[in-house]
Amino acid sequence: MSDNTKVWEVFIQSKNGLAHKHVGNLHAPDKEMALQNARDLYTRRNEGSCIWVVKAEHIISSESEDGEAFFDPSNDKIYRHPTFYTLPKGSKYI
Amino acid sequence: MNEQKFQEKIDLERKIEPKDWMPEEYRSHLIRQISQHAHSEIIGMQPEGNWISRAPSLRAKMILLAKVQDEAGHGLYLYSACETLGISREELVQQLHDGKAKYSSIFNYPTLSWADMGAVGWLVDGAAIVNQVSLQRTSYGPYSRGMVKICKEESFHQRQGYEIMAEMAKGTPEQKEMAQDALNRFWWPSIMMFGPQDSDSPRTGNAMKWKIKRQFNDELRQKFIDQTVGQVKVIGLEIPDPDLKWNEERGHYDFGKMNWDEFWSVVNGNGPCNIQRLDHHKKAHSEGEWVRKAARSYSNKQEIINA
Repeated sequence: MSDNTKVWEVFIQSKNGLAHKHVGNLHAPDKEMALQNARDLYTRRNEGSCIWVVKAEHIISSESEDGEAFFDPSNDKIYRHPTFYTLPKGSKYI
Repeated sequence: MNEQKFQEKIDLERKIEPKDWMPEEYRSHLIRQISQHAHSEIIGMQPEGNWISRAPSLRAKMILLAKVQDEAGHGLYLYSACETLGISREELVQQLHDGKAKYSSIFNYPTLSWADMGAVGWLVDGAAIVNQVSLQRTSYGPYSRGMVKICKEESFHQRQGYEIMAEMAKGTPEQKEMAQDALNRFWWPSIMMFGPQDSDSPRTGNAMKWKIKRQFNDELRQKFIDQTVGQVKVIGLEIPDPDLKWNEERGHYDFGKMNWDEFWSVVNGNGPCNIQRLDHHKKAHSEGEWVRKAARSYSNKQEIINA
């Protein structure tokens, strides 16, 4: 008989105020067990203050193969970076 | 064309990710290597689990429990990494049960005394760390990230083992003898954990070209020996190798001949504990089936209720 459990991706917030960061995945049949397994598997040394678990099937990823084309729209917009602009000599705090 | 682009990426030290194109042989090599690594972590719980109920103090017992729990965690990180290559957890476990997938031969030796807990942590985990530190730079992203996480957790394992050995080596004459005996039995199998000498290792070629492996077996073995000799001296024990001596010219220790006949015989199923280790895993797996079944059935019901 197949175990056929779901795969969950795990995200951990290491400290209050910081963003959740992907740490890996695990198998679990439901969300409560996914959270408990994530605690046992990824926070044995106080690595986290909050855990998110997300079913892996719900994550949509861009392809890293055609990454260049996908991210192309931002390539030619160097005016989005502050270093693009020339400032008058002597100007400060900007 | 694909293969050329793939190799260029590898040469630039870029990581290969699960959805990227990869040669079939790269994929199958990784599945073989990562699953063997995962199974080793899982089977490796048995020789230590053997001593949890008989640890000599509450402190020792808590530490051993934490260590064995870490090994389970490491096995799971590695199964996850392996699954990204398109093989399922069930298939991986089945391959182990069918004897198609191997695990590190070192776990086919018995742990006869408490000193063996020292030798396993210090030497077996020590050798594994040397290998895993090198594998942090492996070209496959999920494997590399798993190694980084595992290395962070492993160093406590080696220190707790060394502490046990150091304690016993300065204990009663009987305790010191137990420590020396454990070292005698685990030394050679530990240095053979790095695998055959490179001159006899048929798969090294592509593994190095594809940067799955980053250093040769002999290089890693030498590193482990060089760093361990001093630790043995500090606690007053002796390495069971009459040919071991410092070679000024090479800047490394020379060491005696390894018994590869024994190594292959254990790999091929004739070690003292091969049958016991696999039988125990099969038994635990089949006895846990009702738990998995209950959890699945609960989850299915919840889905119907919430639909």
